[in-house]
Amino acid sequence: MGGLPAGKVKRIEHDYAEWERRVDALCVLMGARGVTVDERRRHIEALPPEAYDKMSYYERWIVALTQALIQRGIITTEELARKMTQLERRG
Amino acid sequence: MAEPRFSPGDTVRVMKAYPLGHVRTPYYIRGHTGVIERVCGSFANPEELAQMRDGLPAQPLYRVRFMQKEVWPDYRGNPADVVEVEIYQHWLEPA
Amino acid sequence: MKAQGKYQPLTYFQLMEVSLRELLVEKGLVTEEQLASAVEDMRQRTPERGARVVAKAWVDADFKKKLIENGTRACEELGLDLPALKLVVIENTPQVHNVIVCTLCSCYPRMLLGIPPDWYKSRNYRSRMVREPRAVLAEFGLKIPGKTRIRVHDSTADMRYMVLPMRPAGTKGWSEERLAALVTRDSMIGVALAKEPQNK
Repeated sequence: MGGLPAGKVKRIEHDYAEWERRVDALCVLMGARGVTVDERRRHIEALPPEAYDKMSYYERWIVALTQALIQRGIITTEELARKMTQLERRG
Repeated sequence: MAEPRFSPGDTVRVMKAYPLGHVRTPYYIRGHTGVIERVCGSFANPEELAQMRDGLPAQPLYRVRFMQKEVWPDYRGNPADVVEVEIYQHWLEPA
Repeated sequence: MKAQGKYQPLTYFQLMEVSLRELLVEKGLVTEEQLASAVEDMRQRTPERGARVVAKAWVDADFKKKLIENGTRACEELGLDLPALKLVVIENTPQVHNVIVCTLCSCYPRMLLGIPPDWYKSRNYRSRMVREPRAVLAEFGLKIPGKTRIRVHDSTADMRYMVLPMRPAGTKGWSEERLAALVTRDSMIGVALAKEPQNK
C-alpha cells in the first residue's frame, strides 16, 4: 500500500470496545498455540478490496483469525454456522 | 540457519518480482537499489509461515536504506531523506 | 451471555467473535480466565511505559547507549515484560528526524506501547508516510526544517520500532517522572516532538 495516492490522515482514535479487545486477545492466545500472525495477514490480504475498506480493523482481524482456524481444522465451517445460529437465537 | 550474505554498507538491489502468496517486501521498493543499514538477525520465513509451514531454516533479515529521491520520481524534500525497509535476504541481489 | 446495559443487537462480526470464543472454550483451547487476563494485560500496556524508557535514556547516557544497541534487552532490564518484541530504538537529533510506519499492515511495538491509534492503521497514513513524510507530518502540525534529514522506517518484518524523541530544552535537573510526562505516544511514533515544559 505504500506510495499509493491517498487523502489526508484523519486523526481519529477511538477507545477500543470490549469485543475488539477480545479479538486482539484471542489472536495473541491462539498465536501461542501456533496460529501465526503471518497466516492471519495472508487471510487479510485475501479479502476483496471492497470488503477490506468497508470493514473496521478488528472486523478484519476476527475474519482472518476465523479463516485461519477453519483452514487448520481447529473449527469447522459447520460448527461455526451452528454456533452463530444458536447465539443469534439466544439474543 | 543460512549465513548472512550481506554486511552493513553493501549495495543491494531488491528483486523486481511479483509472485503470489504472502510477501513482506512492499511493492514500492521492488527493483530499487539501496544500502544495508544493519543485519537484523535471522528469522523464520514469513512467506512460509503464512502457509502454515515452519519457515525454517531461518533467513537473514536486513534493514536496507533507500534514498527517497531515487524511490519516488516526484519526491520533494531534503535530498538526503531516506526510507528504511526490512527485507529478507532472498529478495536481495548484490548491486 | 451477560447483560450489558442498553441492548444493542450484535453485528455479524461481533456475533462471529462470541461464537468463535464459545467454540474455542468448549474445545478447551482457551478459558474465559485466560481471555480476560490477556485483555487486561493488553490494557496495561500503554504509552506511559515507553515514556519511562525515554525519560531514563534522557538522564542516563549508559542506558541510552544500551537502548540503542538492543532495545528489547534494555527495556527488560528495567523490568518491562515484552514477550517476543524485537525492539529497535531510533534517536532523533537536530540533524535527523525519525518516523515509523507499517505500510503492509499495522506493525507497532504493542507489547511496549499498547494498541496503536486508528490513524496509524489507516490507509492514508500507510500510503503517504513513506512517500511524502514532510507533508503528512505537516498535517500533524509538525514542520521539519528542510535541512533536517528525515528517516522513514517501514516496519515490514520482525523488528518493531520506537523513536527516542529529543529532550526538550529547559528541563535540566528534572526527575525521570517529570520528564516522562513530556513524552507523548505521538513523539515515540515520530509524528510529534516531546512536549515543551510549561512556563510557570
